[in-house]
Amino acid sequence: MSATIDDATQASFARHPLGLTLNGQTRQLEVLPWTTLLDLLREHLDLIGTKKGCDHGQCGACTVLLNGKRVNACLTLAVMCDGADLTTIEGLAEGEQLHPMQQAFVKHDAFQCGYCTPGQICSAVGLANEGRASTTADIKELMSGNLCRCGAYSNIRDAIEEALPACRANAGQGGGQ
Amino acid sequence: MNTFTQPMGQPLDRVDGHLKVTGQARYAGEFPEQGLLHGSVVSSNIARGRVLSIDASAALALPGVVAVIDHTSRPPIASYDKNYEDADSAEGSPFRPLYNDQIQYSGQPLVLVVADNLELARHAGSLVRIEYESEAHQTDLLAMQSQAHPAPAELPKPRGNFQAELAGAALSLDLHYSTAIEHHNPMEPHASTVLYQPDGTLHIHDKTQGPQNCQSYVQKVFGLEKEQVRIFAAFVGGAFGSGLRPQYQLPLAVMAALKLKRSVRVTLTRQQMFTFGYRPRTLQRLQLGAAANGRLLAVGHTAIGQTSRFEDFTEHVVEWSGMLYQCDNVQLTYKLVPLDVFTPLDMRAPGAALGLIGLECAMDELACALAIDPVQLRLINYAERNQNEDKPYSSKELRACYEQGAERFGWNQRNPEPRSMRHDRQLVGWGMAGGVWEAMQKKASAKASLDHSGKLTVSSATTDIGTGTYTVMTQIAAQASGVSVQDVTFVLGDSSLPTAPLQGGSFTVSSVGTAVQQACAALKEKLLAVARQTHPAFAAVTSEQAVFEGGQLCSGDLRVSLAELARSSGEATLEVQVDAEPDKKREAYATATHSAVFVEVLVDEDLGTVKVNRVVSAIAAGRVVNPKMARSQILGGVVWGIGMALHEETQTDHALGRHMNHSLAEYHIPVNADIGDIDVLFVEERDEIVNALGSKGVGEIGIVGVAAAVANAIYHATGKRVRDFPITLDKLL
Repeated sequence: MSATIDDATQASFARHPLGLTLNGQTRQLEVLPWTTLLDLLREHLDLIGTKKGCDHGQCGACTVLLNGKRVNACLTLAVMCDGADLTTIEGLAEGEQLHPMQQAFVKHDAFQCGYCTPGQICSAVGLANEGRASTTADIKELMSGNLCRCGAYSNIRDAIEEALPACRANAGQGGGQ
Repeated sequence: MNTFTQPMGQPLDRVDGHLKVTGQARYAGEFPEQGLLHGSVVSSNIARGRVLSIDASAALALPGVVAVIDHTSRPPIASYDKNYEDADSAEGSPFRPLYNDQIQYSGQPLVLVVADNLELARHAGSLVRIEYESEAHQTDLLAMQSQAHPAPAELPKPRGNFQAELAGAALSLDLHYSTAIEHHNPMEPHASTVLYQPDGTLHIHDKTQGPQNCQSYVQKVFGLEKEQVRIFAAFVGGAFGSGLRPQYQLPLAVMAALKLKRSVRVTLTRQQMFTFGYRPRTLQRLQLGAAANGRLLAVGHTAIGQTSRFEDFTEHVVEWSGMLYQCDNVQLTYKLVPLDVFTPLDMRAPGAALGLIGLECAMDELACALAIDPVQLRLINYAERNQNEDKPYSSKELRACYEQGAERFGWNQRNPEPRSMRHDRQLVGWGMAGGVWEAMQKKASAKASLDHSGKLTVSSATTDIGTGTYTVMTQIAAQASGVSVQDVTFVLGDSSLPTAPLQGGSFTVSSVGTAVQQACAALKEKLLAVARQTHPAFAAVTSEQAVFEGGQLCSGDLRVSLAELARSSGEATLEVQVDAEPDKKREAYATATHSAVFVEVLVDEDLGTVKVNRVVSAIAAGRVVNPKMARSQILGGVVWGIGMALHEETQTDHALGRHMNHSLAEYHIPVNADIGDIDVLFVEERDEIVNALGSKGVGEIGIVGVAAAVANAIYHATGKRVRDFPITLDKLL
């Protein structure tokens, strides 16, 4: 086994420019090609609100809004986000004024440990942006990519049902369509 | 005069809710520091044997890889078992990470690769080549059950004449059940961030249910002084028992920090979350003998659980069968089979969640065999005393749980005949079960401190694993001190705070809550003494005359703000610390929480899919401090019970001795679409014995009995008794 690094490997370490709008602010960054959006947020920008629960796209804890659509940040390479409008949990509230979805989560106790919560909330805002969920059964189905080990599912549903109308009224929240 | 709402009993929103919904709550692996190093764990892929060699040259050649630590290069660690024991240890010889070349289970950590960034550490870990010498292993409980030895547990002695009564009973049943390995899988993977301080001391953010437990462990394993180790756990992303013992990422991160004199973080992967403790697989045998009128004449419960070869993990699996029903002839047996696996670990309602599956399914089978309604059968055998301990209960409103739960559910509409209820192509089944959990109290300490602006800070070294500790302690402190809720801050998750027990077993409200209450009571005495000295009008006011409410001390028409008393005291803050312990009067009583769970399932006749459509969970747990948070605990417990009944199973490839489905895609936990309506009700239960709060704790009781109720409902829907859990669709076709 060779323990030396060849030129091609060395070249792949080159950093790539990345320009995006992050929580409403324009950012110019440089990233390594293999860095996921999740690791960029957590390790390089200290935006730890986006959580790593599995790193395999299986739990939804890393859900963020990429151009208004919910995506798993762990399955998204940072370099793919050039020019994107990205909203994370840190970008939902307006100062101290919580987003309607955040308020509803607090009111309905839609979380316990809080670790899946940012992903649940971003996913729920993404759900509102999609405009698809019209029944409780829809919410259950369309929120099933976000695991909650504490088992707060019924409270999560109640929170989303309450906040959906307000979220739709602000269509475009979290990056817009 | 204002009327003040009593803080206890209010459905207060979580005081840490804002931090959690805005992403500002920081968990163990989320504390940054300039130059922080990242550790990646390389795990054994054989189940038994030894390491012959470890070749890390390719990893070390990568720029940015700082160290590769294995058993030959780690810093010195302790040689004696007692140094590795912790507050939740099992009997035996605790696991020692990177101790020597011996491999005791598949997934055992063998190497820690340390690099200056996360991706590099992980990649470098993949380059480490390990040569093994394998030995034959055994990981199959079923195959090894004949090797079982008695568990080192203090079981209740057999009572009456079990064998004779069983043989002579009008009806007797001999039933076998089995349950699967389950892993806790909190959403936050285990992580430790060791911040190496300039003076060489360690500040460690750890995922734990006991900061002081981890402090003591690190101190003993590495031969450090207590002052050299401080553990923080302000937020814990779920634990369910997985944080009761220090997990291996903690000593590994400490090894790297001590060796390199740098700050280091080690976070386990989701796959590695399957490489330490878990709920053990069990085989259970229930032997019930009953008279034709339903009276239980004999109860026998045998459980065989798996354990590791280095520790005998025990939990209370069979005890419940000697206490939930009145029966004079009882025989309880509990055995263990050591395997080449890691030691099991307490997991939500440890023991009870397992044992009540056997007991409550068997009671349902008995009810069917006798043609007696399952609720009625339980009422016929209602236990007024705990016969295991031969003591009365401090309170027990289980009868109210049965009655109110049945009424809320509409149980009297049930047709007892299996397969008699149907909705289109779905078979409808209604089943129920009871539940029980101990109401324990441990020693705990708390400090109350009032500042010159009337703000009260109360602290104890407990944690909030999502249970609502921050919030309920705030409420207890507000009620006990007369300071408004918004002026109270509860501080936890720091080993330097007053002593607290592990957060587990549903005893945090009982233990820490009592300490908080007593600290606030002592603070009031101190405030009154200040008032008597500094405010002449209060000179003759007695404790009985003093009323503390709304941040004021009142007596008749006299009133003074607590802030002013704090300022008058001449001290920077008025401070008291108390050590609380269980009241002696508890000793004459048995103390327990109870539940009755009613479940409706829909079973697709063609596909065998099971849907838990609705659940009513009726709980008797004494006084509820915060109904919103207590309800959430029960909801979570019910979801766990549904997972136990239908979804959760860690599958082992016994040829490799390795867990196969070690991911959240293949280890199934309930998702939102799996969960139907859950209706939680708390029955009124007054208890002046259990503690001064009258509150018993609700973290465990919600899960107990749920899996049995689901199984019983499935039988009612389909006419099939599945006794091997989880009940997956293949078992119903």
